Amino acid sequence: MLFGFPLLSLIIWLPIIAGIGVLATGGDRNAQAARWIALAGSVAGFLVAIPLYTRFDPLTNAMQFIEYSPWIEHFNIHYHLGIDGIAMPLILLNCFTTPLVVIAGWQVISKRVSQYMGAFLIMSGIVNGVFSSLDAILFYIFWEASLIPMFLIVGIWGGPNRVYAAIKFFLYTLLGSLLMLIAFIYLYQVSGGSFSILDYHRLPLALAPQVLIFFAFLLAFAVKVPMWPVHTWLPDAHVEAPTGGSVVLAAILLKLGGYGFLRFSLPIVPDASHYLSHMMIVLSLIAVVYIGFVALVQADMKKLIAYSSVSHMGFVTLGFFLFNAYGVEGAMVQMISHGFISGAMFLCVGVMYDRLHSRQIADYGGVANKMPVFAAFFMLFAMANSGLPGTSGFVGEFIVIMAAIKVNFWYAFFAAITLITGAAYTLWMYKRVVFGAVVHPAVEGMNDINGREITVLAILALAVLWMGLYPLPLMEVMHITVDDLLTHVARSKL
Amino acid sequence: MNFLQPDFAPAYPEIFLLIMVCVVLLADLAWGKEKPHLAYLLAQFALLGCVLITFATSSPGVVYTFSGMFVDDALADILKMMVYVTVSVVLVYSRSYISARGMLGGEFFSLALFATLGMMVMISASHFLTLYLGLELLSLSQYAMVALRRNSGDGTEAAIKFFVLGALASGFLLYGMSMIYGATGSLNIARVTEVIQTGAMSHTVLVVGVVFIVAGISFKLSAAPFHMWAPDVYEGASTAVVLFIGSAPKLAAFGFIMRLLAEGLGAMVADWQGMLIILAVMSMVVGNIAAIAQTNIKRMLAYSTISHMGFVLLGVISGDGNGYSSSMFYVVIYVLMTLGTFGMIMLLSRAGFEADKLEDFKGLNRRNPWYAFIMLLLMFSMAGIPPTVGIYAKLSVLQAVLNAGYIWLAVAAVLLSLIGVFYYLRIVKLMYFDEPETDALILPQGDVKLLLSANGLAVLGFGFFPQALMAWCAYAIQHSSI
Repeated sequence: MLFGFPLLSLIIWLPIIAGIGVLATGGDRNAQAARWIALAGSVAGFLVAIPLYTRFDPLTNAMQFIEYSPWIEHFNIHYHLGIDGIAMPLILLNCFTTPLVVIAGWQVISKRVSQYMGAFLIMSGIVNGVFSSLDAILFYIFWEASLIPMFLIVGIWGGPNRVYAAIKFFLYTLLGSLLMLIAFIYLYQVSGGSFSILDYHRLPLALAPQVLIFFAFLLAFAVKVPMWPVHTWLPDAHVEAPTGGSVVLAAILLKLGGYGFLRFSLPIVPDASHYLSHMMIVLSLIAVVYIGFVALVQADMKKLIAYSSVSHMGFVTLGFFLFNAYGVEGAMVQMISHGFISGAMFLCVGVMYDRLHSRQIADYGGVANKMPVFAAFFMLFAMANSGLPGTSGFVGEFIVIMAAIKVNFWYAFFAAITLITGAAYTLWMYKRVVFGAVVHPAVEGMNDINGREITVLAILALAVLWMGLYPLPLMEVMHITVDDLLTHVARSKL
Repeated sequence: MNFLQPDFAPAYPEIFLLIMVCVVLLADLAWGKEKPHLAYLLAQFALLGCVLITFATSSPGVVYTFSGMFVDDALADILKMMVYVTVSVVLVYSRSYISARGMLGGEFFSLALFATLGMMVMISASHFLTLYLGLELLSLSQYAMVALRRNSGDGTEAAIKFFVLGALASGFLLYGMSMIYGATGSLNIARVTEVIQTGAMSHTVLVVGVVFIVAGISFKLSAAPFHMWAPDVYEGASTAVVLFIGSAPKLAAFGFIMRLLAEGLGAMVADWQGMLIILAVMSMVVGNIAAIAQTNIKRMLAYSTISHMGFVLLGVISGDGNGYSSSMFYVVIYVLMTLGTFGMIMLLSRAGFEADKLEDFKGLNRRNPWYAFIMLLLMFSMAGIPPTVGIYAKLSVLQAVLNAGYIWLAVAAVLLSLIGVFYYLRIVKLMYFDEPETDALILPQGDVKLLLSANGLAVLGFGFFPQALMAWCAYAIQHSSI
């Protein structure tokens, strides 16, 4: 479907321009203006993304909403945008999350408001760019540019150890992506001077270069997902980041890694992917099981959710490397669902942190007595995080486990352990924080959530339930794309 | 014997600039006391004139004159244009800084113009002696500029170090040139190329000559292990002079490499390639690792320059036009970033206060978000993070390296540049994450304000649209005498 209007450009650049507008409001004297412009910009960003869904043709495997114009002719780099059924839900997730983050930071952020709001809007546009780039260098530009706003968000509005966390986040992710750049340039040479990702999909490659390219990609995407053992930046970044930063990090930025596997690793180096799939599955299972246990012993709520994110993202990489349609679709559902649930969990912790300024589980207890409405919402998200049927958390995990059982019983066995550990760490944390008698005097003074907080949590609650009860619309749009991807991956490039 | 009048036209810019330097000197002598800004205005006028003349006399072809000692080609024209613009920007940034330090006199401007003349001669040289002549004019002016801060112990020490080591390097170069003369029987670059291609000479003597020449060039570029002077000079000299030394002469040095290695000794690429690889890797190792330990931002930038020069050399090793143009692109971008960074240091400095410690950048975002943003762009560009232009500089050089078949070298280069990212990030951290220690107002003059903002935004703008600049560099190399 050719669509004359440059919709993808609009989706990328509208939030960025709005972000610049927010920055232009200047100092904290105009904080209220900055907030309203940010809200308007982010809501507009979501509204313009809706046609992506309504006008999307789920019956074709070709890229849609294509935009193509020369950009840097010297290196044959094009401004080439387009999306398929894999990218579209992720863009919607991103556009959906940004207004929530803006609302969540409405009162909480009181210093340098315009910079805070501006950073989130600009990042939202950049991330849309990552998901819709079909030119490797364009992709790389967006990919790396997304580091800058997050670096500033963690570093400026973060906790006491924010500098360490911000620099670790930046260097870790950069380390991964630099080798990816080398891989791109190598592919550019081999393909006879093209940076088009779709050309790379068709490019025949011998096994040895495929394996090297696979590892270059792996480092970039594994750091981002993050997979065990390169996940250590994530707990630090999450703990130190302000609530909005944690939400975007968990809900959006981790998905970049998963997307990278589907757009680059699998189709460009399919033989290496098959060849190394056992390694990938083992790494994923270690993340699912081992990190699940690590989450169990955390005393810090944000750290606990961060480890739970690593564990849940292990399902995503597991699903990808099972090479069947259930696996990949389940992993995609898991990514979207994790975007909702982890974002909501971080928001819940943020709500409590705003009142008590502590993230330690031990400082709470009996919150339900003081904040009943909040406790109800938190309950729903905690259940979703542990994979309760009826919530979105169940769908993805269940499909991936189904896919795993087709391949190997033991894969499924280990993956299923998460149903126990996930419930254990989430609900145990929930019990210690929310139930029981109020033991700390500070908890006595906590007020229940206000309308602004209810709005954000209610929207996310609806999303979680909708995806849990009726995931079909999501599965439909990606079905053809995933099938096509798997047929492509099954063909050897040797 | 009839005397052939040489064709002066290709050298009009040089001749004009020489006249203007004399005018600056005389005018300053006559009216310098009453009108302290006269020398500045005349210098800017001279540069503007050079731009116009170079533009008017530029031709797409290669024109030799003065019995083949001087060449005017696209490479020369484009590099010279860039030198003029760079020097002009340096002068704008420096004016209030040197005026606050009592150095606003004819000396600074006439030395800067002499150095510019030296660079122009280097860029247009097609004979070893012309090259050397230009280089020495540039170097001697630079030594004197460093010594302008004559009341400061550090300044004097820096000047002496610079002079002694620089003279040694010039000696190396001369010795190498004499070896090449001995082997080929000519000092004319085009003739040397021909003789090497016929192979009718002693290869050993030639290689020894190449070794000395490469060593001399590395000194001028401040590539490791010939980099020792750079940190001391950067720290000791006044910031305005460092800005001058760190910017335009790198363009000239690139021209020098093109004329000498790429053109004159192009057939010996197999011999100097290995040397350049070692120099490049050492520069990136030394530059990136030593920069981490610095607390003085000028010293830190000196090491950062060393590592950037490693990247410039990487582009040259492939020995083809693609590599040369990527290297040229890198140098141009490097100069753009250096101008902005030192401009910012001078902006934060006040009368009697040098903002040359890293701590002086603390909390800049609080004091002035706009300049903090400009510095942020510059730092991310130096680190090679998109969407700034620094990434394309790295991309084009890496592409040339991979094209030449050195995958390990490209991997080493990116990993070393990752170390480099750390110290650029530290500046961003100081500006954005820390609280300011002073609330002194930043009050730049209108022209500095405008130019510095333009400079920072150029880093971003070329990040979005690098095509024109890349095409220019490729054009310059294609239509040169190489």
